[in-house]
Amino acid sequence: MPVRIQTKDFDAGAEIAALRRDNAKVGAVASFIGVCRDANDGDAVTKMTLEHYPGMTERALEKIASEAKHRWDVMDVLVIHRVGELKPTDQIVLVVVAGAHRGEAFAACEFIMDYLKTRAPFWKKEETPQGARWVEARVSDDEAAQRWEPPKSSAA
Amino acid sequence: MKVKILYLASLREQLGKSGEDVEISPATSTVAGLRTLLMARGGAWQTALAQGKVLRVAVNQEMAQPTTRVNPGDEIAFFPPVTGG
Repeated sequence: MPVRIQTKDFDAGAEIAALRRDNAKVGAVASFIGVCRDANDGDAVTKMTLEHYPGMTERALEKIASEAKHRWDVMDVLVIHRVGELKPTDQIVLVVVAGAHRGEAFAACEFIMDYLKTRAPFWKKEETPQGARWVEARVSDDEAAQRWEPPKSSAA
Repeated sequence: MKVKILYLASLREQLGKSGEDVEISPATSTVAGLRTLLMARGGAWQTALAQGKVLRVAVNQEMAQPTTRVNPGDEIAFFPPVTGG
């Protein structure tokens, strides 16, 4: 299962080892971990709650993962996203891409994160000393996702 | 026809509701039409769903456009721009 939504933490090392186990065709593994920070928009953040849209979240992430595999020459993709209550320094998201060469693996990994940030139905609510507030979507995230359009040929 | 509507994240809090089954006329056959119908309830509905508000809508768990058609039994979710990752 290339996509997992869970409340519990993940072990990136173990996940990477499992993804490339016994596959001698893998020459490059690119990974990204998103982490909960203790500040946002100038305010201290003491806690964060991640909500999602069960059902659609899995479908959206599977679609993004499958598009990445279609557009780049990579073999395996894994996305783990946590939901529920998180605090600063907690891991939020893990993306792992395994392929033959680093260029394709790096690009696919970045693409997955950019699309996840704009297309997967997750929402963050953060606790600050001024009270709880929903995190606003950033224009820079939309711009990052737009870099990948129109679709790049997978024949690179 | 009957459709299932979901309100997520900040929108759920603004509307005080996580979802509802709504009976709509066949004339309200698009996402935009449904949004207009809900706005006509006034109050928080008018404010939260106003045209100036940037909202996303999914029909049957796929991202939709204002022109996307709505069919009997569909699940239509209204939510703010996403902020995961």
